[in-house]
Amino acid sequence: MRWSGRKALVRGPRGRRPPGGPYDDGVSLYRDEGVVLRTQKLGEADRIITLLTRRTGKVRGVAKGVRRTKSRFGARLEPFSHVDLQLHGGRSLDVITQVETLHPYGGAIVADYPRYTAGTAMLETADRLTVGEKEPALRQFLLLVGGLRTLAEGGHEARLVLDAFFLRSLAVAGYAPALAECARCGAEAARAFAIVAGGVVCGACRPPGAAVPAAETIALMIALLRGDWAAADASEPRHRTECSGLVAAYLQWHLEHGIRSLRHVEREWPGAPEARAPGAFPWSGRSHDAGPGAAGGRPGDAEPAPDPHVFRT
Amino acid sequence: MYEGVVQNLIDELGLLPGVGPKSAQRIAFHLLAADPADVKRLAHALLEVKEKVRFCRVCGNVAAEEECRICRDQRRDPQVICVVEEPKDVVAIERTREFRGRYHVLGGAISPIDGVGPDDLKIRELMVRLADGQVTELILATDPNLEGEATATYLARLVKPLGLKVTRLASGLPVGGDLEYADEVTLGRAFEGRRLLDV
Ligand SMILES: [Zn+2]
Ligand SMILES: [Zn+2]
Repeated sequence: MRWSGRKALVRGPRGRRPPGGPYDDGVSLYRDEGVVLRTQKLGEADRIITLLTRRTGKVRGVAKGVRRTKSRFGARLEPFSHVDLQLHGGRSLDVITQVETLHPYGGAIVADYPRYTAGTAMLETADRLTVGEKEPALRQFLLLVGGLRTLAEGGHEARLVLDAFFLRSLAVAGYAPALAECARCGAEAARAFAIVAGGVVCGACRPPGAAVPAAETIALMIALLRGDWAAADASEPRHRTECSGLVAAYLQWHLEHGIRSLRHVEREWPGAPEARAPGAFPWSGRSHDAGPGAAGGRPGDAEPAPDPHVFRT
Repeated sequence: MYEGVVQNLIDELGLLPGVGPKSAQRIAFHLLAADPADVKRLAHALLEVKEKVRFCRVCGNVAAEEECRICRDQRRDPQVICVVEEPKDVVAIERTREFRGRYHVLGGAISPIDGVGPDDLKIRELMVRLADGQVTELILATDPNLEGEATATYLARLVKPLGLKVTRLASGLPVGGDLEYADEVTLGRAFEGRRLLDV
């Protein structure tokens, strides 16, 4: 169940392999659009830029001289930037030769701290989910661009956008949690949530230690997976907190290592105090009993199909 | 690969910032060929800097005593604190001779992807300094990159209830360059930081 040797999972529909890949002779140029996931210093003035691109998948390219004040790249190759770029295929690392900005999402994201921390967790997750380099991952790319744009626009709480991104990334990778029916037997009256079982479970299938979230929390997860922002925006803080805890635990269970930036993600309630609320993540079976009548909730009827355009509202 | 001790030295040198494997090799062989007294002096300087230099208990800058030279200087304006990431930024700003206030060195910038959050920086210490109400202006001089901007955003929000004047160093167009060559992000920041021309 765990994603080890999971290279094939996040591979998008196989497009034409662009020139300049590892099977090329290493002298050709190629062009693609991509989002900067992270940057690492290299030598005196260079950086290695890791991008998730539309056609090529994850690419690592060297930006020569980018750290110099007068670099022609300027600030175009900072994380969150959506760029159009040209690369020169190299033996080990490609070299970035030209960059144009398509959307500088970083400016709007960095101007708001909860947005910044949520966005960072998105970049790290996209990086971790696309294991192999130059393996096309179109749907993950579209999800990331959509998620960053939604975050930058600021129309929804940052943590909700992040949780929607997590859920849909899991769905793209084939790990959407079961939310409507028992993950094990398909029974409809499922109220407990068991990460190991793959989502909600009924009373008969419920493994020990399963959380019992509020029905509204499950409904919120369904809304986020579908892109039903009207429902998601109307949710209550306690259900959002519970949803974030379940989604994060579910995501991290499917990855070999945790998402490092996740513990720094802040959420901001309308009118919430400025300070962070430590312990906002109920990792360990903090369960709410939703009271009588909540059973069955309103989980959607059909398993939501992963739609990478969900952020386009 | 070289004999144990030589390779050891190359490996250690290679860990230094900006030193690649080639340069590490070159430095190692330079040291091998150098006068033993010169090498001893270098080794001594390395040890001494770790033994004697510490961090100012007030501002976090490098200091030879409990407090750094700037914090001990009574002529420096105690009402203005300039927040920077690293001690080398203090040096850079001091070179301009523009600033007469005090500093606060955070020890880095917020970068969740590297596991660095607000608690890993000297932010609590900054809040302690601001508590007595003597400081009236905070200048946020973190780096003009993503992590620096995020750190400035975080600090601005954190100190907002204190009602200080919070300013950010203007960033934008490199002086001596042509506007048409500026990238969109830099140009955007320059717009945000535009000032009134009073003629
Ligand atoms: Zn069942
Ligand atoms: Zn000091």
